[in-house]
Amino acid sequence: MISVQNLWFSYEPDDRKRPNPDKKYALRDISLEIDKRPTAIIGQNGAGKTTFVRILKGLLTANRGAVTVMGEDVSRTTAARLARNIGLVFQNPNDQLFKKTVMDEAMFGPLNIGMGEGAARKSVMRALDIMELSDKLDTNPHDLALSDKKLLCIASVMAMDTDIIILDEPTISQDYVGREKVKRVIRLLRDEGKSVMTIIHDMDFVAECFERIIVFNEGEKLLDGGAKEVFSDAEMLKKAHLEPPYALQLAISMGLGEVCLTEADVIRCMMEA
Amino acid sequence: MKKVIVENLKYRYPAMKQLALDEISFEVEEGEKIGVIGRNSSGKSTLCQALVGLTPHFYKGTYGGRVIVDGLEIKHATVSEAALKVGIVFQNPFTQVTGAKLTVYEEVAFGLENMGLSRAEMIEKVDRALHLLNIYPFRNQNPFSLSGGQMQRMAIAGIIAMRPSIIVLDEPTSQLDPQGTEEVFSAMDELSAEGMTVVIVEHKMEKVAQYCDKILVMKDGKRAAFDTPAKVFSRDDLSELGVCAPVYTNICKALGKKEGAYYPVTLAGAARVLGARR
Ligand SMILES: Nc1ncnc2c1ncn2[C@@H]1O[C@H](COP(=O)(O)OP(=O)(O)OP(=O)(O)O)[C@@H](O)[C@H]1O
Ligand SMILES: Nc1ncnc2c1ncn2[C@@H]1O[C@H](COP(=O)(O)OP(=O)(O)OP(=O)(O)O)[C@@H](O)[C@H]1O
Ligand SMILES: [Mg+2]
Ligand SMILES: [Mg+2]
Repeated sequence: MISVQNLWFSYEPDDRKRPNPDKKYALRDISLEIDKRPTAIIGQNGAGKTTFVRILKGLLTANRGAVTVMGEDVSRTTAARLARNIGLVFQNPNDQLFKKTVMDEAMFGPLNIGMGEGAARKSVMRALDIMELSDKLDTNPHDLALSDKKLLCIASVMAMDTDIIILDEPTISQDYVGREKVKRVIRLLRDEGKSVMTIIHDMDFVAECFERIIVFNEGEKLLDGGAKEVFSDAEMLKKAHLEPPYALQLAISMGLGEVCLTEADVIRCMMEA
Repeated sequence: MKKVIVENLKYRYPAMKQLALDEISFEVEEGEKIGVIGRNSSGKSTLCQALVGLTPHFYKGTYGGRVIVDGLEIKHATVSEAALKVGIVFQNPFTQVTGAKLTVYEEVAFGLENMGLSRAEMIEKVDRALHLLNIYPFRNQNPFSLSGGQMQRMAIAGIIAMRPSIIVLDEPTSQLDPQGTEEVFSAMDELSAEGMTVVIVEHKMEKVAQYCDKILVMKDGKRAAFDTPAKVFSRDDLSELGVCAPVYTNICKALGKKEGAYYPVTLAGAARVLGARR
């Protein structure tokens, strides 16, 4: 659904033909294909995760390399066309929210990509329902708590019904109920056949929800694999400033042979022992 | 010595019908680390604002009871008097950036500017804070060009540089990578050993349980519990309080393994009681 080849990006101007070794690159020679598997992007602060998804969404332009989204070359298409295929929930909700009411905010995206008024309303109400925001339709988004702002951003993107949905740190400021809500949404979107890519620092959440994990470090792709492979690679995790999920940390310190990724895994493993 | 005394604190935002803080009382000793947990909207941030005087001086509304911080009654002090004793890191780091400074270095030094320090003292304090939060390499970058997590680190560094005797942190690790989160908690540990009193709002129960001396559970603006992590997380009505125990505790609960009267709340504790079984 997304194909990225030899992507380089720097926030400084870069007009040379070949990568300049002296320059700071936020992304260095990234190549990967995104399919329908729920995918997490993890990595230390400043690794380039947000920069990467902003390029996919057409908000930043790569210095070199090729990016195609649903077969369309991102550098040759318009942001408006891309918006029909790919939705992005921003890391900072204040960058995304700009309307006066929750309802208007959620309606903006669907109408903007040409959805009819009726269809848009239906889609918006469903998304707001799922995020449990339907009792706040007239509230000004800026009066919402940070946690609710984030949920509104997710609802607004869901309402656009794009095939690809990218969530940049959706669990910021969520309590455990909100965290479960985000999990449910990711599963729901997967079941609807959408491609969901999520940037997140919560390793237990990652272990539980994602089939595929891509690790970024200092602008490079360090590893791309399943949860067991990624979280049992202690050396790589250390390099990337990451940790195994808490459940696995316990399994490791008890010397359980199995790679137990979740609370339930550890409990089962202990009962069998 | 008591560094924070909160007595029957009540507060209602002008536009709200319900109390955001409802008869809250608790006391914190010098050098203690207090974790504040609870559901979204339970009043954690409002409590933080009351500890530093933003409530009632900036947020108007109905206010009752007393908050005494390092001997200073907040209601009778100005916000700047309070700021010398108690520093706050806001929930959303984007709102903490002054917007007036061109580099991360100047931004972190901002709070120190009017404290009458020598240049050498100032540089020492700022450098230490930048190193502590691992953002020294970005000191010459524009604050708005930082990644989300780097910005959050900068917001924490700016407050730590001022060395207030009490520090209030409202979800300071929400955008930090796992190692950064651990670094913030161990930095708090280090600072509290030097006498700093720490109040930290956090949704990461594993860290709160490991590092905090006591936990304040907020529910609907009320104090639902105020006790040691082991006592709080061993309760069997946690879901009624709106909180979830650390992963380690949940595993021990499921396997019925206690350490003394309580369930373990840390990795080391859980490994001890579960390991003994094998
Ligand atoms: N500026 C404000 N004006 C009016 N009401 C407010 C304001 N700020 C917060 N509230 C309300 O006060 C209550 C407590 O909010 P507060 O932000 O203290 O909760 P919290 O525990 O920090 O939540 P979260 O985990 O989402 O950060 C909520 O009902 C909230 O809607
Ligand atoms: N507008 C900008 N100008 C210059 N440098 C920038 C800009 N935005 C980001 N950077 C730098 O690019 C690097 C990658 O930033 P990015 O926001 O992609 O990181 P991230 O992996 O999303 O981090 P986080 O987990 O903290 O959100 C960082 O070192 C950051 O300081
Ligand atoms: Mg980011
Ligand atoms: Mg809050």
